[in-house]
Amino acid sequence: MAHIQLHDVRKSYGAVDVIKGIDLEIQKGEFMVFVGPSGCGKSTLLRLISGLSSITSGDMLFDGERVNNRVPSDRGIAMVFQSYALYPHMNVYDNMAFGMKLAKAGKEETRARVEKAAEMLQIGHLLDRLPKQLSGGQRQRVAIGRAIVRDPRVFLFDEPLSNLDAALRVATRLEIAKLHHDMNNVTMVYVTHDQVEAMTLADRICVLRDGKVEQVGTPAELYERPNSTFVAGFIGSPTMNFLEGRFADSYRCNTLGVRPEHLDLSETDPVWTGEVVHAEDLGSDSFLFVDVGAKQPLVVRQGGHQVIPYGQRVGVRPREGHLYRFDAQGLPCN
Amino acid sequence: MTHPTTAVPVAAPKNGRETSLEQQRLRAAFWFLAPMLLMLFCVAAWPLMRSIWFSFTDTSLTDLHGGKWVGFDNYLSYRQLSSGRVIWRGTLVDPAWWNAVWNTVKFAVVSVSLETMFGLVVALVLNARFAGRGLVRAAILIPWAIPTIVSAKMWGWMLNDQFGIINDILLNLGLISEKIAWAANLDTAMAAVILVDVWKTTPFMALLCLAGLQMVPGDIYEAARIDGIHPVKVFFRVTLPLIRPALMVAVIFRMLDALRMFDLVYVLTPNSAATKTMSIISRENLIEFDKFAYGSAQSSLLFAIIAIFVALYIWLGKVDLGGEKSK
Amino acid sequence: MNPMTYFKKTAFYALVLVILVFSVFPFYYAILTSFKTGTALFEVSYFPSSFDFSNYVAVLGKGTFPRNLLNSVFIASTTVALALFLAVTAAYALARVDFRGRGLLLVSILAVSMFPQIAVLAGLFELVRFIGIYNTPWAMILSYTIFTLPFTVWVLTTFMRDLPTEIEEAAIVDGATPWVIITRVFLPLLWPALVTTGLLAFIGAWNEFLFALTFTSSETTRTVPVAIALLSGASSHETPWGALMAASVIVTVPLIVLVLIFQRKIVAGLTAGGVKG
Repeated sequence: MAHIQLHDVRKSYGAVDVIKGIDLEIQKGEFMVFVGPSGCGKSTLLRLISGLSSITSGDMLFDGERVNNRVPSDRGIAMVFQSYALYPHMNVYDNMAFGMKLAKAGKEETRARVEKAAEMLQIGHLLDRLPKQLSGGQRQRVAIGRAIVRDPRVFLFDEPLSNLDAALRVATRLEIAKLHHDMNNVTMVYVTHDQVEAMTLADRICVLRDGKVEQVGTPAELYERPNSTFVAGFIGSPTMNFLEGRFADSYRCNTLGVRPEHLDLSETDPVWTGEVVHAEDLGSDSFLFVDVGAKQPLVVRQGGHQVIPYGQRVGVRPREGHLYRFDAQGLPCN
Repeated sequence: MTHPTTAVPVAAPKNGRETSLEQQRLRAAFWFLAPMLLMLFCVAAWPLMRSIWFSFTDTSLTDLHGGKWVGFDNYLSYRQLSSGRVIWRGTLVDPAWWNAVWNTVKFAVVSVSLETMFGLVVALVLNARFAGRGLVRAAILIPWAIPTIVSAKMWGWMLNDQFGIINDILLNLGLISEKIAWAANLDTAMAAVILVDVWKTTPFMALLCLAGLQMVPGDIYEAARIDGIHPVKVFFRVTLPLIRPALMVAVIFRMLDALRMFDLVYVLTPNSAATKTMSIISRENLIEFDKFAYGSAQSSLLFAIIAIFVALYIWLGKVDLGGEKSK
Repeated sequence: MNPMTYFKKTAFYALVLVILVFSVFPFYYAILTSFKTGTALFEVSYFPSSFDFSNYVAVLGKGTFPRNLLNSVFIASTTVALALFLAVTAAYALARVDFRGRGLLLVSILAVSMFPQIAVLAGLFELVRFIGIYNTPWAMILSYTIFTLPFTVWVLTTFMRDLPTEIEEAAIVDGATPWVIITRVFLPLLWPALVTTGLLAFIGAWNEFLFALTFTSSETTRTVPVAIALLSGASSHETPWGALMAASVIVTVPLIVLVLIFQRKIVAGLTAGGVKG
């Protein structure tokens, strides 16, 4: 419901600048994901939006209203924490109702809202339990339920899946996507270091690096038109191959990037040739590591099982129109 | 700083100036701390300042507000007689005071050393796995739980010259040939006081040492055993250095407690010159002998001695009192 | 088992036995004595020979001892309640709010707990006289905060520091003020720490002697330690050892029971605060 604007937002702790001037707009109902390596400032930025820390300078607006110094509870936000942060001594119902109780909401209304949220998340049968009696996945649902009950303008997620095991992570990811669909006009801001989460959940992704915005765009845009080697290397799995030196020279750039899925084996018309040094067979795909003489072996993605013995020489050819050329600063060449 | 050039539509905040979360928390912190600090000021800082002030006056117990400034007279002053002889007066030349200082230091050093040693031994025992460990751990808490006054009386009874059980045991074992008045005898009074203090506070030391020992990872001992290092060597080269920080903190707390020793001596060996501590002699002058200002001077000296001791200890021992560095 | 390890085992258990006997015997002997009267008192015995409750009857029945007990209970409880009340909020500020000079403040509070009580005695005496609470329980309640308050603040601060940050942040998002965070989120999580700290402070106040001796002047206002210290018989040379030991047992048994019940928590509290013994 909220349209969030950040204008030259900065945050420093003493002499240390953590957020170094960020301009960003998050549209109403948008699912925005902050992604980046650890220490890039993504969690700090989320905390600035939540109001748990206040910005050092700049402006932050929710629906055009300046909220620079507003306390979290007055911003209409709800937050889901990495560690769930449930109140250990309260049962599920009280955990979800605590905010409403503090806001002196009516008993009937509180009960109705808690029950509705519990039903949405299928935790209605757990309302009397204490957090310690719940599994990790159930706790995370309660945490999300607590956020839903607040009926927020903005939903904030701080790496909510990183404490779950792999299988549960996928299931919960699905559920968060569904939640966004069901509450389609609630703005969601989601922090993660996992680019798969970012790609699958986001309407738009904001890649952060060292306290600054590196690129903002839809997952497809970031995948297809990364505007730096950093973004190109961060988005996509396995990561993009980067070639330098003579490999790049022939394409008139400093660094040549090509994704594993855009490389084909070619016996007749190879661009590069080299030895297979390693192979990973995932069943659906297999990845060949081909040493063509660059710093790192080229990773080539092949569909299905591909049995190629180590040491065999193969030719590799990139697909047309899927080469990324970067200059010495890591920016795209025109 | 560059602001965006596009005009930003800003809705007026609801109530003029808003205070951020940080400001709200700072304000709350101030009000949370204020009553506690006020209380501490009333019972600690202010009385301390008054005590020091009294020590520079001739205030008496019966007239607390009528004291006049006399400078350092309570500490040290001199008067030249007509014969040319100089007479020094004041606490700093009072043999009774220096006797108390010496008693206190002797008591503190000996008792804390013994407690540390025994505490370590008990902790090492409790750190081993054996049947009945829980029972022993509970048992050593008993002396710690008993009020000092009660332990003084209990031991006073056991050390009684005529009917005491200690004399009975020692006589039966043939270690002494006649009954000894442990608490009253000038030669044994200090030993008696130290005995009771060691009995009462070794558990405290043992518990702190034990907590330190339990933080030493077990695989260190495992590794040492595999390498065939002698256990005694392991203790001095591995265990002791590892628990040193915990031990240093425990020792300073005990030391401070020992330096201000009052109750045990007051009850166990009343009026014995051999055990009179600084706290005892200060209180005597303050309350009993109507030398209020003189007693204040002595208590202020005790405060200074302890302050200097703490500063030296922290400085020389690099003690991490707040546990901040380990965080 | 070879002879060497057998010897070692025996030596170890001998040491355990020595520790056990040395710890427990004096109190055992006090109990033994408290059941003896008349001439039996002056015959050394190692095992109970008689169970004569007349010492207990004498101590609890006549004289001021019941009144002294009441004084001690009242003073220690009030002191603890006051200290905990002031300390909980202060500990929150010291543990959870970042402000300049926090470290210095913590160290100063710790420094107060190291004060030799005698150094403030003169000043406190004047204060107690000035506000007119000399020879009343309030003199002790006021003066005991000098050691209970820094101790409780210090220990609760260390406990409060260990509570997870995200729970507090969740409460802030839910709209909780610092006061609500303390009372409705942290206190329910902290009650074990509160019990421990309170108990240790209670023991400290219960056992205190110097202030109680100085700020009381009549038998009815004395606390238990002072009463026991000054208990005397018909003549000054005749100490009523039986009654004395009965009184000692009465004041000690509740403490020992409490300490044994809360054993583990007390050890945790002691190590958290590095406290006085």
